Amino acid sequence: MGSVGAKEIPVLLSPEGLRIDGRRLDELRPITIHVGALKNADGSAFVEWGANKVMAAVYGPREVHPRHLQQNNKAVIQCKYNMAAFAVDERKRPGLDRRSQEISKVIGEAFESVVFAEEYPRTSIDIYIEVLQANAGTRCAGLVAASLALADAGIPMVDLLPAVAVGKVAGKIALDLKKEEDNFGEADLPMALVPQSGRLVLLQMEGHMTEDELAASLELGVQGCREIYEKMKAALRERYALGAGGPA
Amino acid sequence: MSEEVSAEILTTHILDLAAEGKRLDGRGPDAYRPVTVEPGFVTTADGSALVRIGDTAVLSGIKLEPGKPFPDTPNAGVLTTNAELIPLSSPTFEPGPPQPGAIEVSRVVDRAIRAAETVDLTRLCVTPGEKSWVCYVDCHVLDHSGNLIDTALLAAVSALVNATVPAKRFGIADADYPLEVNHFPIECTFVRLGDTIVVDPTFDEERASQGRITVATDEVGRVVAMQKGLVGAFSPDDVKDVVRRAFKHGERQRTLLKGGHV
Repeated sequence: MGSVGAKEIPVLLSPEGLRIDGRRLDELRPITIHVGALKNADGSAFVEWGANKVMAAVYGPREVHPRHLQQNNKAVIQCKYNMAAFAVDERKRPGLDRRSQEISKVIGEAFESVVFAEEYPRTSIDIYIEVLQANAGTRCAGLVAASLALADAGIPMVDLLPAVAVGKVAGKIALDLKKEEDNFGEADLPMALVPQSGRLVLLQMEGHMTEDELAASLELGVQGCREIYEKMKAALRERYALGAGGPA
Repeated sequence: MSEEVSAEILTTHILDLAAEGKRLDGRGPDAYRPVTVEPGFVTTADGSALVRIGDTAVLSGIKLEPGKPFPDTPNAGVLTTNAELIPLSSPTFEPGPPQPGAIEVSRVVDRAIRAAETVDLTRLCVTPGEKSWVCYVDCHVLDHSGNLIDTALLAAVSALVNATVPAKRFGIADADYPLEVNHFPIECTFVRLGDTIVVDPTFDEERASQGRITVATDEVGRVVAMQKGLVGAFSPDDVKDVVRRAFKHGERQRTLLKGGHV
């Protein structure tokens, strides 16, 4: 996603080892979470993650549309990741593109790995992720928002799914890349973790890394996911605290 | 209970209440739900605003790009309005190509912006016949609890007021400058519930209604656009009545364009 204005490569890592926004290599961007941000959805969450703004909504279990996708032994999980036209520097044409379809597929499959879909045969659990403002890492922010929206909708799952991307910036492994680091960095590796089992249900990678760098990245990513997991649980507790009024 | 049966019962209840001048959420026939405008919600856009009317939320973002004027209007820039009724916003929307409802919202919002001469398109022309700004107004419906048209137009105009022309970024001028907004149209939608005509319908009131009518007014006392929708009819006296009410509501909401709530 090239920015029109950015012509030269910025200094991504200072001599003191600090990144373009002053973070350490293993530091996350600030994250704020609002569970239950929407009125109509059965479950919803709004996540602001650095300069990303992502809304997720869950509808269901409900009737399956289109009908032929219905399964007799479990719920189908349908995930749609979409980006607003104004979410990026250069206006994105509205509608489905190949990138969104791929992301929808891998996120949907990540959730299929943790949702007890067999509890709801012949139904659909529909997950909608809308990226309103993008600054690298939108699939992870979307996954975190969707995971909380599922919990908000009361869908039984093995666990929440924290997610984060690890990348390589100026030759160093770094947690949670922002846009400049993503555009000019050497690698990007988004992942989603099932904290209980320590297994990954989403993993993608693009760029160049050695075997050792990859191992270090996985370790850093899992550590980042565990940090995000705590924030997710805190946001859910806040939403469902006694006296908070509960779901809308 | 099936969705159809519960909708039917709710419709009867809404109509019974309306006959006594009452509404399900306790409002009077001429009261809006709380309206809030949050400008600059999205920093990747050249202008933006998140507008809520009750539980309805629409996020509008402006993008300006250099392009070519249309051959029949060589001295004018281009403005296009698009509304996305994404399935996130309501259990009744399904993914897929734009439904007639979304197209109607886009077109009614577009018409009000255009007819009110909200933005002077000739000011968006850079070189006649060759280069002009293309201004995209994208409205993203986040939560649909009725009255999308009013919410979307208020979001769109607030986003235009908030917009900056990225002239420096595209090498067209030495500095970015605020987009010139000359007029401020506000749309006001009513539905008929039996003999009562109520303003700012909720989703359930729209479904229960016998006709919907939208009136767009501007700050210099012009009616700039109208749209009758859904099944139902209005008498000329009804229309005169809603136009008068639309001016009053328009004036009140116009104070919100730079942010705030009423």
